[in-house]
Amino acid sequence: QVVSISGKVTDQETGEGLPGVTVLVKGTTNGTITNFDGDYTLSVDQGVTVQFSYIGYETTEFVVSSAQTLDVALRLDTEQLEEVVVIGYGQVRKEDATGAVASVSSSDFNQGATSSPQDLIQGKVAGVFIQSEGGAPGSSAKIRIRGGSSMSASNDPLIVIDGMPIDNRTIDGMSNVLTSINPNDIASFTVLKDASSTAIYGSRASNGVILITTKEGKQNQDFRVELQSKMTVSEIKEYIDVLDADQFRALVNQRAELNSSVNPALMGNANTNWQDEIFQTAIGHEHNLSVSGALDKIPFRASLGYTDQFGILRTSSMDRKTATFKVNPSLLDDHLKITAGIKYMNIGNRFADKGAIGSALRFDPTKPVFNNTGIYGGYTTWLMSDGSRNVNGTRNPVAQLQQKRDESDVNRYIVDAQANYKLHFFPDITATLKVGLDESDSDGFVNTDRSASWVRTALSGVERDYTQKRRNKLFNFYVNYKKDLPGIASKVDAMAGYEWQHFWSNASAYEIDRFSDVVEDSKDETENYLVSFFGRANYSYKDKYLLTATMRADGSSRFHKDNRWGYYPSTALGWRIIQEPFMENLNAVSNLKLRLGYGLTGQQELNTGDYPYLGVYRLSDSRTQYKLGDQYYTLIRPDGYDQSLEWEKTTTYNVGVDFGFFDNRLSGTVDFYKRDTKDLLNTIPVPAGTNFTDRLLTNVGDLENIGFELSVNAIPVSTKDLSWELSFNLTHNQNKVTRLTNYDDPDYKGVDTGNISGVGVGNTIQKHAVGHPLNTFYVYEQVYDANGKPIEGLYVDRNNDGTVNENDKYYAESPTPDVFMGLSSTLYYKDFDFGFNARAAIGGQIYNNVIIGARYQELTVNEYLTNMPSEINNSKFATAQQYSDYFLEDASYLRLDNVTLGYNFQKLLKKSVGIDLNLRLYSSVQNVFVITDYSGLDPEVNEGIDNDIYPRPRVYLFGLSASF
Amino acid sequence: CVNDLDTLPLDEDLLTADKLTDDASYKGMLAKCYAAFVVGGQTGVDGEPDISSINGGFSSYLRQLWNHQELTTDEAICAWNDGNLRDLHDMDWTASNEFVTAMYYRITLEVAYCNNLISLTKDQDEFKAYNTEARFLRALAYWHLLDMFGTGPFVTEEDPVGSFFFPEQATAQQLFDYIESELKAIENELPAPRTNEYGRADQAAAWMVLSKLYLNAETYTGTPKYTECITYTQKIINGGYSLESNYENLFLADNNLSNNEIIFPLVCDGERTQTWGGMTFLIHSTVGGDMPASDSGIDGGWGGNRTTSSFVNLFDDITGETDSRALIWTEGQNLEIGDIFSFRDGYALRKFRNITSDGVVGSNLSHPDTDFPLFRYADALLMYAEAVVRGGSGGDMGTAVGYINQIRERAYGNADGNITDADLTLDFLLDERGRELYWECHRRTDLRRFGKLAGGDYVWPWKGAVAAGKSVDAKYNVFPIPGADINANPNLTQTTGY
Repeated sequence: QVVSISGKVTDQETGEGLPGVTVLVKGTTNGTITNFDGDYTLSVDQGVTVQFSYIGYETTEFVVSSAQTLDVALRLDTEQLEEVVVIGYGQVRKEDATGAVASVSSSDFNQGATSSPQDLIQGKVAGVFIQSEGGAPGSSAKIRIRGGSSMSASNDPLIVIDGMPIDNRTIDGMSNVLTSINPNDIASFTVLKDASSTAIYGSRASNGVILITTKEGKQNQDFRVELQSKMTVSEIKEYIDVLDADQFRALVNQRAELNSSVNPALMGNANTNWQDEIFQTAIGHEHNLSVSGALDKIPFRASLGYTDQFGILRTSSMDRKTATFKVNPSLLDDHLKITAGIKYMNIGNRFADKGAIGSALRFDPTKPVFNNTGIYGGYTTWLMSDGSRNVNGTRNPVAQLQQKRDESDVNRYIVDAQANYKLHFFPDITATLKVGLDESDSDGFVNTDRSASWVRTALSGVERDYTQKRRNKLFNFYVNYKKDLPGIASKVDAMAGYEWQHFWSNASAYEIDRFSDVVEDSKDETENYLVSFFGRANYSYKDKYLLTATMRADGSSRFHKDNRWGYYPSTALGWRIIQEPFMENLNAVSNLKLRLGYGLTGQQELNTGDYPYLGVYRLSDSRTQYKLGDQYYTLIRPDGYDQSLEWEKTTTYNVGVDFGFFDNRLSGTVDFYKRDTKDLLNTIPVPAGTNFTDRLLTNVGDLENIGFELSVNAIPVSTKDLSWELSFNLTHNQNKVTRLTNYDDPDYKGVDTGNISGVGVGNTIQKHAVGHPLNTFYVYEQVYDANGKPIEGLYVDRNNDGTVNENDKYYAESPTPDVFMGLSSTLYYKDFDFGFNARAAIGGQIYNNVIIGARYQELTVNEYLTNMPSEINNSKFATAQQYSDYFLEDASYLRLDNVTLGYNFQKLLKKSVGIDLNLRLYSSVQNVFVITDYSGLDPEVNEGIDNDIYPRPRVYLFGLSASF
Repeated sequence: CVNDLDTLPLDEDLLTADKLTDDASYKGMLAKCYAAFVVGGQTGVDGEPDISSINGGFSSYLRQLWNHQELTTDEAICAWNDGNLRDLHDMDWTASNEFVTAMYYRITLEVAYCNNLISLTKDQDEFKAYNTEARFLRALAYWHLLDMFGTGPFVTEEDPVGSFFFPEQATAQQLFDYIESELKAIENELPAPRTNEYGRADQAAAWMVLSKLYLNAETYTGTPKYTECITYTQKIINGGYSLESNYENLFLADNNLSNNEIIFPLVCDGERTQTWGGMTFLIHSTVGGDMPASDSGIDGGWGGNRTTSSFVNLFDDITGETDSRALIWTEGQNLEIGDIFSFRDGYALRKFRNITSDGVVGSNLSHPDTDFPLFRYADALLMYAEAVVRGGSGGDMGTAVGYINQIRERAYGNADGNITDADLTLDFLLDERGRELYWECHRRTDLRRFGKLAGGDYVWPWKGAVAAGKSVDAKYNVFPIPGADINANPNLTQTTGY
């Protein structure tokens, strides 16, 4: 029987009517929304449950017994209002946060093929740049927050998982630290960007901090089971355009007439597309199961995950198994809160030899894959005229893949336990103690078929076994004092603590050659400690004026006693303008806050081992000895060192505004910042003769980053059937080296960086130079003829001295785009959802190293033939012109990362079969398209040098998620 | 827990100085001072490199010494496109050339290694021999600095390490005086010729450096010292050396047996002293085209270095049948060089091989057992003769001609190639040094002494980066101080012209 209900929904505290409240028959789409005064009317079946829900209020339910007037007073949901953000060693109410902090929770994560956690937030956060290193399964990613503060030291952010700072250095056989967590177990990411929020992490905070919180069970929660399954199909998007067999034949014959060293007799009769031979369409699947709830008042969550993924480069694959368990009970009337968890992961990798990608571009397409002679495993191999193997000849790319097994098995577990005790006799004080262990080990081998052509040289190892272990331990203890002082309209929240961390690792490797002679037998062990004291004070006055100050003292075993301690203060001010009386009449404005921050952070991840300050002697191995008389002696070498090495220090200034309009339907954040790094570590030439090396890492430089960030979230449409959420972010970061040497030298051109390949050893194309961004390209300016064809070897005499030499090179652009943008959109229409994520970069240059091989000289060098990119038809270069800006291209792009379409069966199932099962089916396409002027495969390459990267595949995904 | 911050290396291969005080430790450091002329680093192959501004294998002292002494002359040209390598033969290098930079740092690093050992063993009589030999090796390195760069930073065992300080620049005269005084000071402390362990320096090694210093004194400082050259070459000649009967044996895998002639070798070993520099480089880089790699005792050539027609023309008969020193490979090669980057352009030379005098292949196909003869007796004879011709006193023409004819008779197998007093001219001596000592790291020094390196008195194919060869500026007689060090050390002034 259908009855009509009506009434008024009000705020319990104020009694005012609430407009826009959703009134819905539970489990159906039947519902309405309250009007401006909070009134509603709805026809329902007798006996149904009606739900009243509104953002910021607790959802309330009533069973309708008959036609009635149902007035409802909604209570403020304090938990939701007190939306908190995780910060270092604690959390703050969102509105009290004073730093540049961005958080992304699971509901906003990227959908689609996310096998690594960083994929979840790619493009989502202003100022956070994430780029995968390539398309290999489980490949690592570069994460840069606000452009990075170092030149030679690490630019990776500190990653903190459930309060455990993680060692960023990876273990052999696991390319990415973050792959140790299953993305499905992550509840939220919080990115601390400016120093006022990161300085609490002191010497590891210069590159920002990413706090990852994993999911957990809730008090009094019903059992909840979630199941997710995905299947993916990956395929290569396009090949690099190289000459096909017929074009190659024509070119060889044509060049042979001009140059006697080009020998057409070396060609074969086949037509092989080598790229076809090494790439494949790859499938993968992933399954995750989790159970959460409260068992005898002990909230828990347990999960299992399994991923199996093949790569598009043949023979590459990865499988991953994860398991987590977490409990978080509250005891002693909620005075004692305990959180304990274990995260376990096992990854099995098979790595393909990426060298095959380059070989496939170069191997003679007139040659078949197999020559059926039986030697070298039957793979076509370049021979000399006397029938011996040509050691310089391009390796057969198929043989490179098939005659090598490079596998690793990695385990990692992170165990942590935290106790949080609110003193019984003095509840303003909470003491927190945390212990954690992060241990990983890897066991791998690289075996090469003994018949493989390239292991015919003595010394080429054919069987290599290696192991590696890392063990990081954490202990910290901090005390928190929190007090409201209503008498003076103030709130105080102070914290002080101590932390101890130990990082230990060992490694061993054993390798034999094809005669079973030992090529390598090595062991390595190293450790370092960090000991820290830290504190923070938050003070707020009238909930309008906020002050935060932090201090950290870090001691690192990596520095000499005299330089061991670094002190990192920060301070920030917040002004919640929205609370001011003059804002009261501006109804459209729902949030407005101004933030000012300053802080000092450090860097001790120098990438130079654990004892860079210490003068040590290094013993040589068994293959590096010297014979005096009849005896071989181990060589004892003093290593170069700089005793006065110390921290890099970065000072950050930040101004930010948080804003919200129309009840936060439109909200966002703007930040401006400036970061000055001092004592920048640069590897500079030592004054010759004064140290036991030619170049040494020391603190000599200054670097500046200036940037602007904007992020906007909007809900343009929000109705019962249709809602649309949009978020956009924009980042501009400009970095500039301001000093590099001990003393001012206008002739100093900078530090060489950016290795290029394909033209012998030791060529670099970039410089870190004063007055320019890091990694600026340093090249000759190409001269072109009237038809726009480059004139080989002719460059602009930029200094007008009559000759063109090294001094005519100029600083072009850097690979870093001027502006990054991210856009994501999610549209819900009834039971459908549709979303996409796009990213764009404007500016920056890319060096096309792939086409350097397009030169006639390369056709034949040492008695073998080399194929080349079709680019040869444009440039017609005879010899290598690697320093020409001809190879620099604009790296701007617009990229559609993924598109997802899903359908939720919950209502349908409930209606038709009566099961309360939340089931969603979805499909997505990853790496949909890239719009760019760049002529190579993909404009997103590491440090702007495109060199045989493992192509990022296009991935089609079909998935289902179910929960009940 | 703050005390946890005091850590020491856990790795057994890393030791602090206080653990290194016994004989074995000092001998290991001495071994490094010797080995640093050959290998690039501390682990196989050229891992944990000594210098980092260039790839470990490239950084080998001997490899760079060879590149600088040979590629800059008529004797060698390379087909590789590695960085600015070709500038060496083109003679248009700049102060930022990475190979010049590597050579310079190799030399100064050798000085630093030796300074350290000298300082550690100072006043410890039981380690006197190590101290003395380190002083010899330091003098040798400083001589290379003087010869190739003409100037450089001056650092001794009195200076500190482990920090950045700015050494003073030594002039050519100061370097000359220092090398001379050091060698004279240790001359009598070193073991008599041929009495030290194989591979270690003796008196004759010191006399060789002194002889070379004096023979080139006029070039270095403007003051001729030919008489002193005669004095010291005579000491060597009276030291009990003789010419190896078969010229080719001096360059084979068992050339350690030729220590009747080789005065100071750089020792290489296929299994225990592995590097991509040293002899690995020298033998592999000079095999290519149709040359069977197996005949050189290696697993494959790298197709890089061969020679120019100017050098080939020093021999009247290039088959080796008259003059056995003409180890020239012509099959599949063109005499003239059209394309620098084609190994087949230019005749190859098959002088060094990883095969013993009995025809047995060395212990390892990648890394030869062949030692590099840095100094040998035949050079002492040639230097004596040249000092006499240049007017030094204490010697005589008859003896000089006799010495040359010893060399000629070994080369010809009979007296057909013998010369008379009238034949013994400076031009003849330069050519004869080329024929006898080619590819042994003497050519650049020799051409310069004869005024034929820079300038236009003598051109060879691709000198000055043109096929016919052309005159180059006089500044190319020495290498510039690398820009890296000019920037690092404000006390240094760049060589004129650079």
